[in-house]
Amino acid sequence: MRWLLLLWLALATPLYAVDFAVVKPDVAINFPRDHGAHPDFRTEWWYLTGWLKTAKGEDLGFQITFFRTRLATDPANPSQFTPGQILFAHAAISDPATGKLLHAQRIARAGFGLAQASTGDTHLVINDWRLDRGADGRFTAHVAAEDFALDLVLTPKQTAILQGDAGYSQKGPAPTEASHYYSLPHLAVSGSVKRGDTVAKVTGTAWLDREWSSTLLNPRAVGWDWLGLNMDDGGALTLFRVRDAMGKDVWAGGSYRDSKGLLTPLGPGDVHFLPGRRWRSPRTGAVYPVAPQVKVRLKTRETTFSVTPLFDDQELDSRRGGGPVYWEGAVTVPGGRGYLEMTGYAGRLRM
Amino acid sequence: MSTLAAEPLVSTTTARWLTAGEWRAHPGRAIIGALAIAVGVALGFAVHLVNRAALDSFASAISTVNGAADLQVRSVSPGGFAEALYPRLAHVEGVAAVSPVIELTASGDGGQAQKRQRLTLLGLDMLRAVQVTPSLVAAPLQGVGASAFDPDALYLSRAAMDLLHARIGAPVALVAAGQRRSFIVAGVLPGADAADALAMLDIAAAQWRFGQLGRLQRLDIKLANGADRAAVKARIAALLPADATLTSAAQEAQRSDALSRAYRVNLEMLAMVALLTGGFLVYSAQSLAVARRRPQFALLRVLGLRRSALVAQLVIEGALLGVAGAALGVLMGHGLADLAVTRLGGDLGGGYFRGATPHLAPAPLAALAFAAIGVIVAIGSSIVPALAAGRAQPAVALKNAGDMVDPRQRPLPTLGLALIGLGGLAALAPPLWGLPLLGYAAMALILAGGIAVMPALARALLAPLQRLSALPPALDLAVRRLWGAPEQAAVALCGIVASTSLMVAMAVMVTSFRGSVDAWLVAVLPSDVYLHVEGAEAAGIDPAAQARLAATAGVARIGFVRQMPLRLAADKPAVMLSAQPIDTAHPRANLPLIGRSIAVPHGETPVWVSEPMGWLYGLKPGDHMQLPLGGAAHPVFVAGVWRDYARQFGAIAIADTDFARLTGDATKTEAAITLAPGADAAVTIAALRQRLPPGLAPQTMFAEPRQMRAMALAIFDKSFAVTYALEAIAIVIGLIGVATSFSAQTLARAREFGMLRHIGVARRQIMAMLAAEGAGLGLVGGIAGLGLGLVMAQVLIHVVNPQSFHWTMDTMLPWRLFAALVMALVAAAAGTAVISGRRALSAGAVRAVRDDW
Repeated sequence: MRWLLLLWLALATPLYAVDFAVVKPDVAINFPRDHGAHPDFRTEWWYLTGWLKTAKGEDLGFQITFFRTRLATDPANPSQFTPGQILFAHAAISDPATGKLLHAQRIARAGFGLAQASTGDTHLVINDWRLDRGADGRFTAHVAAEDFALDLVLTPKQTAILQGDAGYSQKGPAPTEASHYYSLPHLAVSGSVKRGDTVAKVTGTAWLDREWSSTLLNPRAVGWDWLGLNMDDGGALTLFRVRDAMGKDVWAGGSYRDSKGLLTPLGPGDVHFLPGRRWRSPRTGAVYPVAPQVKVRLKTRETTFSVTPLFDDQELDSRRGGGPVYWEGAVTVPGGRGYLEMTGYAGRLRM
Repeated sequence: MSTLAAEPLVSTTTARWLTAGEWRAHPGRAIIGALAIAVGVALGFAVHLVNRAALDSFASAISTVNGAADLQVRSVSPGGFAEALYPRLAHVEGVAAVSPVIELTASGDGGQAQKRQRLTLLGLDMLRAVQVTPSLVAAPLQGVGASAFDPDALYLSRAAMDLLHARIGAPVALVAAGQRRSFIVAGVLPGADAADALAMLDIAAAQWRFGQLGRLQRLDIKLANGADRAAVKARIAALLPADATLTSAAQEAQRSDALSRAYRVNLEMLAMVALLTGGFLVYSAQSLAVARRRPQFALLRVLGLRRSALVAQLVIEGALLGVAGAALGVLMGHGLADLAVTRLGGDLGGGYFRGATPHLAPAPLAALAFAAIGVIVAIGSSIVPALAAGRAQPAVALKNAGDMVDPRQRPLPTLGLALIGLGGLAALAPPLWGLPLLGYAAMALILAGGIAVMPALARALLAPLQRLSALPPALDLAVRRLWGAPEQAAVALCGIVASTSLMVAMAVMVTSFRGSVDAWLVAVLPSDVYLHVEGAEAAGIDPAAQARLAATAGVARIGFVRQMPLRLAADKPAVMLSAQPIDTAHPRANLPLIGRSIAVPHGETPVWVSEPMGWLYGLKPGDHMQLPLGGAAHPVFVAGVWRDYARQFGAIAIADTDFARLTGDATKTEAAITLAPGADAAVTIAALRQRLPPGLAPQTMFAEPRQMRAMALAIFDKSFAVTYALEAIAIVIGLIGVATSFSAQTLARAREFGMLRHIGVARRQIMAMLAAEGAGLGLVGGIAGLGLGLVMAQVLIHVVNPQSFHWTMDTMLPWRLFAALVMALVAAAAGTAVISGRRALSAGAVRAVRDDW
């Protein structure tokens, strides 16, 4: 999802020379300021995914994601409607009982208090959807659609993982193909989920990915895969790779923080996604490797494990609302669980 | 006897034989009767079809521009309302989404500000519009995504593409709100109806480039699922400032209906008049046929045909004529409508549906309805002669004693006078559903009454002649014939009177209207040159440009006017607010006031409302009203009423100083210029044009009162073109009626002529007698028609027009037309009498007397 949004916005051929902020290796991550928006950068996201359990014992996956994008607009236009910042949000519930995603989206140009991404701390609004970070560090999320709603409180139990080199995360061979990137794994979740007319109390574990950049991707890239796993022992594994048109890696990376808090950054030679079982989407025809084998080299030790989806059809098709198609689903691995994202499998996107 | 009267035998075989025999013997008469019905049905159906097509296309244009939002908040004037309302409404409970809209009237920068070049410019936040009015933004969001935010990207509907001769990827310039801006055509709007000229761009670009910063003209609202519509409307209404109103699709439809309703209803009524005239023609044809076939009927009655069967027989004959005519009429009507739409446009030249190109749709129900009206008229006009034939005493009729009414018995005018009186009462009644339906009923009653009174009137008019004894023999014979056969005279007269009176009524109304408009134009255009900025409702000439214009060489005096449409009611068309130099102490110097202007109480702001405005909003001098200007409602004092024929939906005049005080708006949209002595108008206009801001120059038109009067009267004549055509058709039908009645009556009198020849009357004298009879009938009919028409014209002028269009006029009489009309009638009647008389006389006198015996 993340990179498809970039593709879409990249098509906005900048008519005005706008100086987007540049990602630099030596800029320290600084809280709480970096929980807030970075409007000088071209794009940014707040990416919440996780597993929930209802009182009845049902397992559900959920996704709440907010994006911010800066467009190249004429800085001289004093109109309050000037589309300098566009906000975009997706929410989805993976319910094995349904066998497909419940999902909804919001998109708006920032302004008039109806859509905004505050600087300084996390305060995001798009119409009736919100994501806020309180003084106590807890996040509250509210999204409501016609057929579902999520009201969640997410409490950090661990410190942030500063990805790459202290938050400078390379995404391609060139040093400029990078982002500022941190993750908050093992967020304790409580709240309620509404499906149809039934409301259920839920608890669970979630993951927040925060990234901002102006020049993220290599021109050869056509898609990316991302995997974030909360391990049962308290560890956290982040893996990603950027693919070219042949399915080869343009770049790969991630990190592993073990239960004792020891962080090991992972580079292109350390992460391999091997396609396992494939699933063809009946609605888009796209073929996704929904149960990949993942090979990770930590120091000298190499481990291979298989990823199992909660169910196959976790494809999010938002074309009707003018959005992209991607696979974003709850998965398990031996000794842990989290979310797998696969983009760029449904062909070139038309918005 | 009783066996012969066996019902089945008589009602089938005899009926067929009677009808077929009659039509075979006189095919022309049957054809003309059917044609008369056909013309009436065709006119009615055609007018209905064209009106419907025009209204449909107009409604579709409105719904395309509006994109089918659940509710809309609109600004009362093109200046818009403050954009702060947008987030406030978005937070209202029950509102799912709000889409802010800039809506301006734009024109292509083709150099000439033609009306047909106009298009609607929409500035949208496409991310909002996609939720509320998805049809408006389908294309940009499906195309290459983010060019939706490109401030240079302009999306055009098909019609706008054609209008601007634009190509995708090519630059195009638009003028709106006094600004000329260039864009790149980014794509076509497929959601728009192909016929609607629509341009769309990003709202931020629209606000900035067309001077609308901080303003919006529209908020399109989508309600949440299951929201209580009434409750949401109430919550929204509570938040609205004075310069915004809440409307819904239903109210918009009502508003567009109100725009042209009176005009459409009037046209349909005129078409009905043509049908009614056709009905009289059928009546006279049937009456004559009955008179001529009286011996036949009597014979059949003697042989045992029942009275009811005879009546049924005649009514069925009429119905058959009606069915044939109606079928033909529906076909002709469709063809006529097609021709009218392609030649005159959907408004039939009335100017109500600017820019919309209508398509004719098949209308089987309407076709059936109009056909049924035609058949009913035909049957109705056959019933009276059929009943008369049924009443006749077979024994008397068998001898063909001529007129059945005894000439010594004076015909009574009671029924006719009663009908006329009833008509007079109906004319006093108020409008129904805002339409002068009772006014039309009054006209129909007066017409029917006038015709019913004809035999008595003819008697009264002929009485003096009858008493003269020293007349030449031919004239004497003619007068005595008319006197002695009042019923035949009345039958021939009714067609003449009906068509003449309807025509006179229309002619007097149109002449009065045209004359009043002309006089009004002279009164309202006292200056030498006028300047008008097209489509400048949102912004006009700024003070700096005003000063430049005033300083132009050749300009002695220049008075600036700011015009601005205002929506005072959600279901009524906008009224025009005109801020102009008015001497509040002596307003008569600046306005064509009707009645007096009353003194303005101290501290009040005076306005003067136009006549239609006063009628539509129930305002009279001394009343107070609220003017929504500059975001607040200002109480103003109605000081007087002025005559205005230009804006049917109302206009308000306010002193320019008061307007500037209330709004702070100093821009102007028109100017009246008095030239310095000796200055040349053309040279001064060229100099003025040079000094206009470049954004306004292509939209600005100059005119001299002479041209403006000519243009206004040309528009007037165009809008009455259909009226003239309907009138001409009514005259033609009337004259055909005169000709057929005369030729039938004359042919039936062959025996009488034979008799006259035998007693020594010369052929020439008989011809003179016929000519005199014809001329006499034409004269009586013409005078009666004229009198009746003048009465009906007063109903049109004082009831139908004020109730439809809310303005009054002074009666003016087209004397020359009257004279020509009466002369034409006399000539036509005498001419046809002579021509058919020649045919009747061609048979030998002896054979003529022997005929039938």
